[in-house]
Amino acid sequence: MAEKWDIQEVEVWDGNFAAAQAMRQAQIDVVAAYPITPSTPIVEGYAKFLSDGYVDGEFVMVESEHAAMSGCVGAAAAGGRVATATSSQGFALMVEVLYQASGMRLPIVLNVVNRALASPLNVRGDHSDMYLGRDSGWIQMDAFNAQEAYDLNLIAFKVGEDASVRLPVMVHQDGFITSHTAQNIYPLSDAEAYAFIGDYQPIDEMLDFTKPVTYGAQTEEDWHYEHKAKQHKAILDSRPVIDKVFEEFEKKTGRKYNRVENYMMDDAEVAVVALGTSVETARIVAQEMRAEGIKAGVVAPRVIRPFPFDNIRESLSGMKAIACMDRSSPGGALGALYNEVTAALYAGGSKAIMTNYIYGLGGRDLTLDSLRDIYRELDANAKSGKRTGKIQQFVGLRGPKLEYFE
Amino acid sequence: MSTIKKIKNLKELSTSNDRFEGAHLLCPGCAHSIIVRELMNCTDDNLVISSNTGCLEVSTAVYPYTSWDTSWIHIGFENAATAVAGAEAMYKARKRKGTLKDPDAPVKFVAFGGDGSTYDIGFQWLSGAVERGHDFTYICLDNEVYANTGGQRSSSTPIGASATTSPAGRVSYGEKMMKKDLVGIMAAHGAPYVAQMAPNKWKDMIKKMQRALATEGPVYLNAISACTTEWKFDPKDTISITDLATDSLVFPLYEIIDGRELNITYRPKNIIPVKDYLGAQGRFKHLFKPQWKHILDEWQTNVDKQWEYLQRREEAKV
Repeated sequence: MAEKWDIQEVEVWDGNFAAAQAMRQAQIDVVAAYPITPSTPIVEGYAKFLSDGYVDGEFVMVESEHAAMSGCVGAAAAGGRVATATSSQGFALMVEVLYQASGMRLPIVLNVVNRALASPLNVRGDHSDMYLGRDSGWIQMDAFNAQEAYDLNLIAFKVGEDASVRLPVMVHQDGFITSHTAQNIYPLSDAEAYAFIGDYQPIDEMLDFTKPVTYGAQTEEDWHYEHKAKQHKAILDSRPVIDKVFEEFEKKTGRKYNRVENYMMDDAEVAVVALGTSVETARIVAQEMRAEGIKAGVVAPRVIRPFPFDNIRESLSGMKAIACMDRSSPGGALGALYNEVTAALYAGGSKAIMTNYIYGLGGRDLTLDSLRDIYRELDANAKSGKRTGKIQQFVGLRGPKLEYFE
Repeated sequence: MSTIKKIKNLKELSTSNDRFEGAHLLCPGCAHSIIVRELMNCTDDNLVISSNTGCLEVSTAVYPYTSWDTSWIHIGFENAATAVAGAEAMYKARKRKGTLKDPDAPVKFVAFGGDGSTYDIGFQWLSGAVERGHDFTYICLDNEVYANTGGQRSSSTPIGASATTSPAGRVSYGEKMMKKDLVGIMAAHGAPYVAQMAPNKWKDMIKKMQRALATEGPVYLNAISACTTEWKFDPKDTISITDLATDSLVFPLYEIIDGRELNITYRPKNIIPVKDYLGAQGRFKHLFKPQWKHILDEWQTNVDKQWEYLQRREEAKV
């Protein structure tokens, strides 16, 4: 048996250590991992727990992120709890196996500490790795701070392992801003945390030889389509389970999670839609804007996949102007968050004036001033009833203003 | 406790504990199924098997069918070693925690890959899994070509073979590179047991497979797997072509223990010329034109040198 950690009511942990602690409390059977900045301390933290006897699972230190996810898939198919962590290039290297993990319906938890994708090489946080995972068939949850990184890890195991879900889950946090900033954390005790997640229930495990299983079969045009459609259905059907687990977590901790988090939206007329740590910055500015008479709010998808289509539409109904904030190089298109939010609103007949702000690539700070300007522009759009600039604008960028699409 | 199964004769071996269904899609005459079946029949222990993408994988698990009457997993082209290593880690963890359904039944972990996935694209995954010391056996079904995708060269393709990406032509004798010595490379990892084997010498092959499964730690077995389609010979001749490979010493049979002790396990009574082996296959046909005589000579010289090297190592016990 693993040693219990003498946990305090309030701990001072950064996002990485918070995630590592949640992984320890989940009593994972196998972690197969490879270190990469800025998620390395999760892997190191877990290794230290192991060497101090706080973990009694297996820790497999592999030779690449591709192998890390491959080992996780093999381990998960053998019927136990599995998790790992990565960032950026490591995430990119894993992509092949991410699709295989979800296709095989293996409930692995992957901590993704968001970081930019090269080239140019950059170790700081943006959301390009998070966006790279968005068609991979994984449930994706987004933490805006270290406490949430801890909470969402516990929630991720429970959601992914639910017999009606059986899908892998990513928990995202922003590189450095969340992962390396120590904050007060209110953890559950080891016993409470484990009881919340529960024992792992193996399904179709390779170590039950009375029922041989074949994992990773080939299906061509006669069956592949049905399999992928079923997988899509499974991830969409996870929505009520996610809501249920959020409720159970609230009962236990008082901390309430929603698939879309609204801030000051009850009477808002203009809203910023953002992900990651930018959400908290936007909330501060929204509050400030109220003093200027701007009815500002913030809407943040907590669950990115399955995409909270209905909740987004509901949260943003009646808005006059909306800014969708994309922290990933859009590569010749509008930002992905903009596209998805706009699609949800269009289906609801929204007349809101939509703007797409690209910001913060490679860890460039999103300043309070930038957000003030954004809210003022939203306000101007709302008042004039038309867009004052172009649809897509780059904020916080050197040189002449870059804006596209009309 | 696992025990080494006693096998009296080939007939008994071929029918005992058959967990590899005959209804698969491999070509008639393909040696893969012989090697896989004998591995699965040579033990009564439970088996967790992984396969890299390749001929074996695409021919044995096409939904809604499977040829595997045991636990089997395929992830990608390159990662069968890591898949089975992950399963082995899970087995250890669950055994320790007491969550296995049948904790006392012996379990063996085996990965299969073709030479494309073993010598080339999956080499890093194999190397990593062996370095970490997982308790598993990796078997390379070495047909010296990317057969599944229609005959492209791999780093196991020997010099002078015509492959679709190194075709023989008016001014080319085909593949220019020598076959990579993967057995030597895996022995250099310090694996407790590494061997080269061939299905025509079934007793030798079974002995090596059984030793591999009984060995604690990573084992690498390189099996010659004659490919009727890409080597271009009549499907009925699989075993006789393999006889030519082992008796010409193109494919010598030996084992290396702990990376330091080499034993030759088969010495042909009559060593045949290399050109007899090459001449029996369409992939080397062009080498018999006068302009490529020097390649034939080079072939014989290389095989002689390698045999000399293996004998000297065995003699010196290194």
